Formats: sequence, C-alpha cells, structure tokens
Amino acid sequence: MAITTMVGARIHRREDPRLVSGHGHYADDFVRPHTAYLAVVRSPHAHARVVSIETDRAASAPGVLAVYTAADFKGVIAGSMPVAPAFVPEKKQVPERFPIAEKEVCFQGEPVAVVVAETRYAAADAAELVQVTYEPLPAVMDLEKAMEAGAPRAHEGAPDNIGWDMTYSADADQAFAEAEVTVHQRILQQRLAPTPMEPRGVMAEWSEADRSMTVWMSSQNPHFIRLFIGGALGIPESHFRVISPDVGGGFGSKISPYPEDYLVPAVSKMLGRPVKWSETRTENLQNATHGRGQIFDVEVAGKRDGTLLGLRITQYLDIGAYVGTFGAFQACACLLPGAYVWKQVASRTVGILTNKVPTDPYRGAGRPEATHLVERMVDLFAREIGMDPAEVRRKNFIREFPHTNPFGLTYDSGNYEGSLNRALELAGYHEFRREQQAARERGRLLGVGLSTWIEICGFGPSAATAPATGGLALTESAQVRVFPTGSVTCYVGTHAHGQGHDTTFAQIVADELGVPYDQVEIRHGDTAEGPAFGYGTYGSRSLAVGGMALVRAARRVRDKARRIAAHMLEAAEEDVVFDQGHFYVKGSPDRRKSIQEVAFQAYGAGLPEGVELGLEAVAYFDPPNFVWPFGAHVCMVEVDRETGDAKILRYVAVDDCGNVINPMIVEGQIHGGVAQGIAQALFEEVVYAEDGTLRTGSMTDYAVPTANEIPAMVLDRTVTPSPTNDLGVKGIGEAGTIAASAAVINAICDALSPLGIRHVDMPASPDRIWKLMQEAKA
Amino acid sequence: MKHKVSVTINGRQSEDEVEPRLLLVHYLRDVVGLTGTHIGCDTSQCGACTVLLDGKAVKSCTLFAVQADGHQIKTIEGMAAPDGTLHPIQQAFWDEHGLQCGYCTPGFIMAAAYLLEQNPNPTEDEIRKGLEGNLCRCTGYVNIVKAVQTAARAMAGQAATAVTGG
Repeated sequence: MAITTMVGARIHRREDPRLVSGHGHYADDFVRPHTAYLAVVRSPHAHARVVSIETDRAASAPGVLAVYTAADFKGVIAGSMPVAPAFVPEKKQVPERFPIAEKEVCFQGEPVAVVVAETRYAAADAAELVQVTYEPLPAVMDLEKAMEAGAPRAHEGAPDNIGWDMTYSADADQAFAEAEVTVHQRILQQRLAPTPMEPRGVMAEWSEADRSMTVWMSSQNPHFIRLFIGGALGIPESHFRVISPDVGGGFGSKISPYPEDYLVPAVSKMLGRPVKWSETRTENLQNATHGRGQIFDVEVAGKRDGTLLGLRITQYLDIGAYVGTFGAFQACACLLPGAYVWKQVASRTVGILTNKVPTDPYRGAGRPEATHLVERMVDLFAREIGMDPAEVRRKNFIREFPHTNPFGLTYDSGNYEGSLNRALELAGYHEFRREQQAARERGRLLGVGLSTWIEICGFGPSAATAPATGGLALTESAQVRVFPTGSVTCYVGTHAHGQGHDTTFAQIVADELGVPYDQVEIRHGDTAEGPAFGYGTYGSRSLAVGGMALVRAARRVRDKARRIAAHMLEAAEEDVVFDQGHFYVKGSPDRRKSIQEVAFQAYGAGLPEGVELGLEAVAYFDPPNFVWPFGAHVCMVEVDRETGDAKILRYVAVDDCGNVINPMIVEGQIHGGVAQGIAQALFEEVVYAEDGTLRTGSMTDYAVPTANEIPAMVLDRTVTPSPTNDLGVKGIGEAGTIAASAAVINAICDALSPLGIRHVDMPASPDRIWKLMQEAKA
Repeated sequence: MKHKVSVTINGRQSEDEVEPRLLLVHYLRDVVGLTGTHIGCDTSQCGACTVLLDGKAVKSCTLFAVQADGHQIKTIEGMAAPDGTLHPIQQAFWDEHGLQCGYCTPGFIMAAAYLLEQNPNPTEDEIRKGLEGNLCRCTGYVNIVKAVQTAARAMAGQAATAVTGG
C-alpha cells in the first residue's frame, strides 16, 4: 500500500493562479467567430393570457437577425421540460412546461419571445420593441389563500392549486398520548435567491456540416444538460457537447435545465450561427430557481424529564408556477428527526402551485429546513420544561450507530455529543450563561443558540435515487489515464464551481498511484471527455461518490500495473508489493520498478500473456448508503433594545465530515456555508408584491451580506470516519448552511426570552424584531 | 455615431471607435478582450467589475468607455509582473484560500489594491469597511479579510526592503 502523504495535507489550490490573474473561463468569456446575441422578452405579469405578439418593429430594427416566439420553436424543441418522477406518485398535478410560453404566462419573467441581433446592445434594444398584448389574470401569491376553495388558479383551468399532497409517515399518536408536554409552533422558511456571483449564460454553436452542437454554459451538471437538451432537440449525445469549465458559483441554481438552455441551441440551429445569451442580474433574481419557500406547522411531544417522544410536521411548500426538476422536499421530510431518538415522527408535505418562479434546490436543499425546524422545536421544548437546551440535546442524542431513523434511513456513523462538548467548550458556553444573567440584570439582551445539526448527503445509492430521478441513479464516474511517461490525467463526472476538486482529487490520485501530485491533472466540465455519463455536483456528493469513483479507477490502474510489474520483475503477482509509486518483490525493495517504468512498458512490447496494452481505466461508484455528516454550532448574539438589531458576538462551528482530504478547503466550505445560513437568518428574503411583481429584483433590494455583516468564525473539527466508503469521507459543501440559521435564530429567541418572546421567523431583521418587542410590551 | 477613445490599459495604448453608450466593462471584455473583469449585477452593488482608473477603484459597469478616454486603466490582467510573478495581493488570496469560485476575485483584488494604497496598514474593521462595495457568495469573507491582512504585511515588507535597499 502507498503511504498516505497528500491526503490530509493543507495544499494550496492549483485552480487559483489563473483565477487570481483574470484567466478563468466563465460562460460569458467564450466567443466564437460570427456570434449573434440573444435577448429574451419576458412577461411583466405574474399571470396573464398572451393575446398577441407583434414582432415586426423589433425584426426591422438595426442589427436584428430574427425574432422568434413559441410557435417557431414548436417543431424544434420536443416535449415538456423534465420533472423528477419523485413528484409524480400521490401527486395531484404537474403542469406541462414548454421553454417559451405561448398562450398563458404563469410567473413574472417567463419568456414569451427571443430577439437575436448582431450585438448585445442591439438585441436588448430590439427586445423592447416586441409588443405583447396580455390579458392579466389574478395572481396566486399567498400559500394559505391558494389552498382555499374557490381561490384563483395559478394555471387556468386547473382543478385547484395543489401540486402534491404526500404523507411520509402518518402516525405519531402513541407518542403524543404518552406526552407530558406538547409544544406547537408555526415556522416560516422564506424564499431565498441562491445568487451565485456569476449569473447564468449559454452560448451554442450548431455545425450543420457535422450535425453537431456545442454548448458553453454555466452548469453544475453538464451531462444532465446534454441528456435533457439533446433529447428535446433530437441530437444524440454523441453529437452534443456541453462545456462548462469555470462556473462562478451555483448553490443549487445551476442544476436544472432552464428555458434558455433549450432556446439558445435551438436558435443556433435555426439561424446557422453561434448564439450567445448572458443573463442579467435582474433576470437571474427573477428566473433562476429560488430556494426554501415553506411554511411548517410543527408539534413536539415529550416528557418533563427532557425525553423527546414525538414530532408531527406538515410542510406547505411554495412550488412556484412549475414543479422543479430536482425538488428539495424529500430530503427535508426524511431528515426531520435530526440527531435525536424519537418514538414516532409523522410527516406530511403539501406542494402548492403559485405564480412565482419555481423553487428548486438551494444550498442544503431541504436539510437546512429540516434542521432549522427540529433545532427550533428542541429549544422551544427545553424552554417549556425549563431545562438547558444543551442538556435536552444530550439526553436525546442518538448514540448507537448505524442508526435507522423512523423513515428507514440508516445513519452511518456519528459522535453527536463529542462535537457538542467541543463546541460548548470553544464558545465558553457556561461562562456566557453567567455573563448573560448579569447582562440581563442590567437590561441587556444577550442570547446563545445551539444547532446540533446532522445531514444526509453523498447522493446517492442507486436503489434510493433512481426511482426519484426517472431511472438515472445518482452514482458517479471517473477515468484515470496514465500516459507512457507516467503523468496522469483524470476525468471526473462531478463538477467543481468553487469546491477545489482539481486540487483535492489530485491529492487522492497522487496517493493511490504514488505519483507526484504535480503530475496528476484533473479535468471536469466537458462532456466530450471522460466516461459516458457524469452526475454533477450538488448535495455534497462529489467526494463521497465521485472521489470514490476516482479511487476505484486508480486502483484498477494500479492492479494492472502490478501484473505488468510482476512480469518485469519475473515474480508472481501476489508476491509484488506496491509502495509509494514502486513495485518490488516482498523483502527485496532494492530491486524495484517505478509506476512510470511500468507505464512505459504498458504501451510497449513484451506484456504478460492476456494483458492488453495501455494503462487506463474507467470506474463507476454506486455507494451502498448515503453519508451522514454532523456537528454543533454555537452562536452568541446581543439584540439592541432600541433598534431590534441582532449583532453576532461569537460564532463557533465544530463539524465532522469524516476523514478530511484538505483541511483548508473544508474550512473554506464551512465559512461560506455559515455565511449563507446567517444570511438567511438575518438578511435575505425574496419579496413579491401582491400582484406578483418581484420587489427584490436587483442587488440593491436583495440583501446579500457584505464583509461588514458576516462575523469572524471559530472552527474546529472532530473526525468520525464514514464506514460507507473506503476513503472514510462524508461531505461538507452544505454543512455550514444547514447548521447556521438555527443557531442564530435560537440565539435571538434566547436573547428575547426575558420579554416573553418565544419565536422569531426569518429574516430576523431589526424591523421584525422591533415589532415583536413592541407587541411584547403591549 | 461612434466616438474615438484612447485609453491606456495595463500600460498599453488602446484606440477604438465605440458607441457613446458602450459601458467600460463591455469595452474591456468585448472590444479589448480582457475578460478577467467580470459582470455580476449591472447595478454597481457587487463590485465584480472593479478596475483602477488613474489608480482609483471604480466599477466599470457604471462608467462609459468614452469617460475613460485619455485615462489610465489597470485591470486584473495588469496586476502580475511581466514575468508572471503574482502581485502580493494575488499571492495572498492564493495563500489564504481567499477565493472559491473565483468570479468575484478580480474585483476584490482591485478593490484591495486601492484600499491598501490608501491605507497600507488597515485594521480588520477597516478592511471590512473598505471592501463593502464588493460581494462574495462563497467565502463568507473570512479568508478574504485574512488575504488582505497578509498582503498588507507582504507589501510593507517589500516597501521596507526597497527603502533599505536590501
């Protein structure tokens, strides 16, 4: 075995020199000769009939090449945009969605026409000249009103606005019958805009001569895009190439296919020219999928000694106008038990169609919602029985692993108390409690909040994911190619957009093959390279699934190299050991062959009988289970009595993602994740007016925090390896976001408890807190 | 009607005929071909398009190319030495893991360059305030702040070396 040398090391990212010097390759950086530019004409109404579209003025404007409406795409784009079949069982309705609206628009921003011109500016100018006559219809904006009998419909002619109504586990009656205490709370999860710094962009070039399409775009999973768009345009995967090299952040919003992903390639084919569309920020806030957007009614049952018994949850989820491709409700529904032992958990989800942009995954995708909910309820329960929230957690933690939760999911490993204890110690929890008491006596509002979060990630076992995705399991692929002189190129089906896989994956392969780290190249984001299919990056899956595919491919290469080395050493294969890049016969390390020498031999003459030329391998990895990271976050706040402003005094995060490949990158992921969780807790919210107009349509109005709003953080780790994979790894990309909102809101509720305030919804803006304080006084 | 602009970009003269409404950022990206300057918001909140105009940090999405006529522009491509040695701020962003997706990074580096020019030894608070015109969605700003601190030390070291001639 190679001795681990690179795995675990704090290696600086190889991606960075080009990114810090302005030489990245993002979607809008590509240009092809003779490129035409596309602008989209969008509905200003949330809900309306399209009466007529007059395109003549736009078509005759200077520089305009063409104007297209839905009718023009009918013969070019086949079918409806995809929906995960997970939504179909027990569903009530899944509205059909064509990439461009014809007769009815169902959210503000839905495309109705596209204009193609010689320049960006000419296209934007001409888009203004397209005259669309609408007949406005009532907009369905409020979830509760949408469920009322006789409510206006989000889609004309629909029987109601219910997209689905599913019960995961119906019964918690026995737990509630045994309860000494029950606590009920309604908890809101506001809509959020993922807001990657790079908006979306698509450039497509159709080659009539080759009958092939090349698309450059900003995507988290180019292979799925190729599958969906190629299918809709009737272009086989062999002739459809999607290139998505550097992506300026995704956070879940660059997974599903979007209308422009169909329209831009279709226009290139119709026009016979390369066509480019670059999303504006307003278009991004209006049209990129949103996250969260849920209301929960929750009830917890327990005993006065702190024992938790039962949980009953109904989730009302704002689907938006169309059902998202990779919705987030299932992960939420199944993670509700959190880190605790329950007698029973009952869970029901109701999806409601509205006239807003669809919701889909946003960093955490269901797990932040579940964590926020269960962590809030544990705190409310602790307060009800007058017990320290840390003690209630300790009393109910799952301690035996593997643990099967009430939904039949098996937690692989954990040490929940270990991370809690470490976090409390780092935060100075007990000292803070004393300080808090003294401060309260002086009228100051200090609070501390805990979040002992867990996560399901590493999507996922084929048996669990294939039924939810329409047959394509979320497994992963990799190819490892050793060249004759010993350098290595690896192709992975995952996609990095900030996670640093080019560095961490090279660390893994360098150890597996015993080659210098600098001689391992990792390539992603081009469907023309590597294995037939890759599954992309989301759901903190890349290392636990993609990393393992890479390990398998590397080990196949190593096994073949060993056979060749044995032949070169004139020894039996089983007598040959592999040690840091060298093969030798057990006990004779001096007479050895390097993997580079073996590689050269692999492409030459004189291979052992039955061994094919070459040294490369493809592997797919189907994980036997999900992986289950966990941790404990502690947040300390002070709320200003006069203004309602909640200031974070200290933030401590102790996380456990199993074995760590590169601690620097893990810490960076936690920083960013926590920042997004804090942003949800305190600042961000997508706001629509009653008529369906998006009020937060620019970064002036959508409050992405600056460096002034995000505090310094204290991080630490515990290490509980996962038994699910050979690397012992879990995932860390979403952990911070999953954990943080509950820690912050629990701290604020703790600070406000002397005023009798039980619960604060998000964002806990000064305005919201101030109003609650005024109500509490009155 | 097109206007002639003459701009010195990273020390090289560029002369072009442009529409008067052409934004400086589109001039840099689409006309001159310097795509390291990014567009993130169109409304001058995010700072991804930050460049230096006569040494001052400006948001190039909020200036017309014609307004840069006769001026000196420095973009991210002009920060490293001609031999490719990274500027201390670029090096510090690399060393401190001050970037993830990298999209906001050029803007942050240019804003940090102006900040450190104005205040070579900023406190953490001054760094945070000095960078409030730039948004990052990946890092939580933790390592960006560290990178600017590290860069300040490195640049102070360089300056000291230059003074003593060592």
